[in-house]
Amino acid sequence: MPINMLKTKFAEIAVCVAATPDTPSAPLVTETAHAAKGYDLDVTVPADRVTGAARIMDEAAFMLEAITGVDWMAEQQFEIVYDYTAVALGARVVVRARVPRATPELPTISRIYPGANWHEREAHDFFGIVFTGHPELIPLLLPEDADFHPLRKDFGA
Amino acid sequence: MSLSHEFIMGLVRLTLYVVGLIAFAAFNAAYLSLCERKVPAWFQLRYGPKEVGPFGLLQPVADGVKLLTKQLLVQKGSDVLLFKLAPVMVITPAIMCLAVIPFSETLGARNINLGLLAIFSFSAIHVLGTMLGGWASYNKYASIAAARVVAQNIAYEIPLLLVIVALVMVTRTFNLHEIVAQQAGAFWHWNIFRLQASPLMPLAFLIFFTCMLAESNRAPFDMIEAESELVAGAFTEYSGMGFGLFFIAEYANIVVGCSLATVLFLGGWHCPFGLLPGLHWFMIKMYVLCFAVIWVRWSFPRTQFYGLLNLSWKFLIPLAFVHLMLTAVMLKLA
Amino acid sequence: MSIEAQTLHRETFILNLGPQHPATHGVLRIKLTLDGEYIEDAEPVIGYGHRMHEKMGENRTYAKFLPNTGRMDYVAAMFNTHGYVCAVERLAGITVPERAEFIRVITAELNRVASHLLWVGAFLIDLGGFTPLLYTFDDREQILDLLEAVTGARLTFCYYRFGGVCNDIDDDFIAGTRKFIAHLRSRMPMYHALITKNIIFRRRCEGIGPISAENCRKYGATGPVIRGSGVAYDVRKAEPYSIYPRLDFNVPVYGQGDCMARYLVRMDEIVESLRIVEQALDRLPGGPVMAEKVPRILKPPKGDCYFNVESARGSFGVRVVSDGTDKAYRMKLRSPCFSNLSLFQECSRGMLLADALALLGTLDLVIPDIDR
Repeated sequence: MPINMLKTKFAEIAVCVAATPDTPSAPLVTETAHAAKGYDLDVTVPADRVTGAARIMDEAAFMLEAITGVDWMAEQQFEIVYDYTAVALGARVVVRARVPRATPELPTISRIYPGANWHEREAHDFFGIVFTGHPELIPLLLPEDADFHPLRKDFGA
Repeated sequence: MSLSHEFIMGLVRLTLYVVGLIAFAAFNAAYLSLCERKVPAWFQLRYGPKEVGPFGLLQPVADGVKLLTKQLLVQKGSDVLLFKLAPVMVITPAIMCLAVIPFSETLGARNINLGLLAIFSFSAIHVLGTMLGGWASYNKYASIAAARVVAQNIAYEIPLLLVIVALVMVTRTFNLHEIVAQQAGAFWHWNIFRLQASPLMPLAFLIFFTCMLAESNRAPFDMIEAESELVAGAFTEYSGMGFGLFFIAEYANIVVGCSLATVLFLGGWHCPFGLLPGLHWFMIKMYVLCFAVIWVRWSFPRTQFYGLLNLSWKFLIPLAFVHLMLTAVMLKLA
Repeated sequence: MSIEAQTLHRETFILNLGPQHPATHGVLRIKLTLDGEYIEDAEPVIGYGHRMHEKMGENRTYAKFLPNTGRMDYVAAMFNTHGYVCAVERLAGITVPERAEFIRVITAELNRVASHLLWVGAFLIDLGGFTPLLYTFDDREQILDLLEAVTGARLTFCYYRFGGVCNDIDDDFIAGTRKFIAHLRSRMPMYHALITKNIIFRRRCEGIGPISAENCRKYGATGPVIRGSGVAYDVRKAEPYSIYPRLDFNVPVYGQGDCMARYLVRMDEIVESLRIVEQALDRLPGGPVMAEKVPRILKPPKGDCYFNVESARGSFGVRVVSDGTDKAYRMKLRSPCFSNLSLFQECSRGMLLADALALLGTLDLVIPDIDR
């Protein structure tokens, strides 16, 4: 599926930036230069729409490459980054979602991409992000009794 | 007076043979294990043991001392009696088999009429020993190996016996001395080339050799040890000389198997060219076969377990049956 | 399974394969639920070698993180460093001199050959064949000698720098590499005769452990695993980087998806990598091997970028998020083994223990790469 078709599909579920006097309200779907960024489409969706985004990617036969968290301390938010790549096209799509740091919850996509299971467990280990509906959200890389989340910026290390 | 003298001499003879056979088995185990390290080292472009003694010749001694000084650990929860009995049950039959092997015309502990049968009765016991050892270990890997060893040995006993039955039909005797005596002369008199009895005789030898490898649990049929799957299989929990006895038994079984192949198919102590029969010919043939056993181990990957059973049930057994029928028909026609 | 077998009382038991087990090649534990020797469930338990490289990436400068990259996938360390330096270069906008790009490709591809040779030997050990390991190690040794001469390391290379490589290659290296290429090419028929044509090997690999292309996609399995399932996905072709678009090489693909296919992919890749090295040597330009004006303390502009390279095990990706300081704000390392192992649970269901271990072997796992 070409990138511009994906763009219109994502536009329906993406976060909209509020209209400013200069620019109208627009969904956060940006085409980026692969050579500069390493991905072709940058999408930001609301946290509860990540499953919808995963479904769009699944229909377009994308592969789930990784799920990552980023701790934006200053904004008191976690950003969850989903990296998708199209095996046939060599195209890459980044789907981002933000959750508040206090209640980091968003739905799991492991039912659409079973490979997300481990990536989500890893993000739970490192950031304490809770993926609701995940079949077994237990520590993967950390010890089974770990109650700390080392990649949070306030984790002393 | 004369009776008691004879009795004493018989006792001395018996003791000497018992000591001699145990020593023979142990010596072979020690130096075959060195060969097992030197020969593949030669295949694999490396040196093998070379530090202990000249060319590493004293390595087996060092190994033996090491094994003797190790503690015999018994796992909590295991069946202590069976666990300790199993290595003995494995090694004793192997040494007993040697008692009926005629090494030369005059050298052999016992020349009994049912020698061949004795060997097969004894060699069946070691399977039981391995199985019990694995079972008594209270270890899951060992239990899996114990289950494997039974299935494997049952599967390979059948083609082995079918080949032997055909051979006995041809030779009309169970006496190993007589079987060798019938093969006197140059190599075309050997049973392996007795094509007038059955044209499948060389194939029968290959079946025998394959089954012998499987019976002595050697690679590529080393299902009970299978270290990349079952760590050390049935021997996982054994340490020190308990493990050492299994080790000796493995080589004793190889020696018995190769000796038997020599006796049954390769003319025993007879020279391939009809010259100078004697012990040396037996030893040469036996050790060439032992070399082949080592060679096979270091050249092939391990078979799958079901592949192993399929080979026996779907290929070797039908083939052995064909051989048996053919031999029967040929005997009837002759 | 027949009806009788289904109605029989069945009992399963749990077997902990590892963390110390000969077949797991490291500290990997697989919790097996076995029905006899049939696998009902195989749950990989990882993290024994976890060192939190990603946190280390956040609390030291970009350059100081370089040695860490070689310590994840230590069998093919070049690729991790390659992915990392390329990601940072992309973020900081550094251009690499052409000669350095060539040297990077030459050394990386030699590392791929070394990694695949090691894999072939180790895989045969998994199958119970010992001898090929010594042969492959013999050949691998020559690569390590060559790489040692230029990089100073034999295993955990840290050769690439932002803007180039730290050491130029000399004529000895070029001559030695050419000699090695000829040598390994002459050895390949021997490997095929010893391994590929071996009847037991074929029986143990053909039709064993099939992985569908769909499963590869759903689990994110890449590298020889996905190429063994009939998908011609290779980062070097899909998202060309460095000088790969200028080189002529094929991506070996086998459609059966079984262990044999994955084995053949790797064997063919050795040959293809040799071709790449040869072409790169032929066209090696002169010039510097380091970009000028790379600041000692790198401060890439704010933003994030992603870069992935085709490692010997699959797609290795690095996401660097920069906040404009000399340390990365977030560094995500996407390791191929992690995703490749994650499909083991699904694909091993119903297999025999020995076959599942063959499947595990063909995933070519390096445990520290999974645990990071």
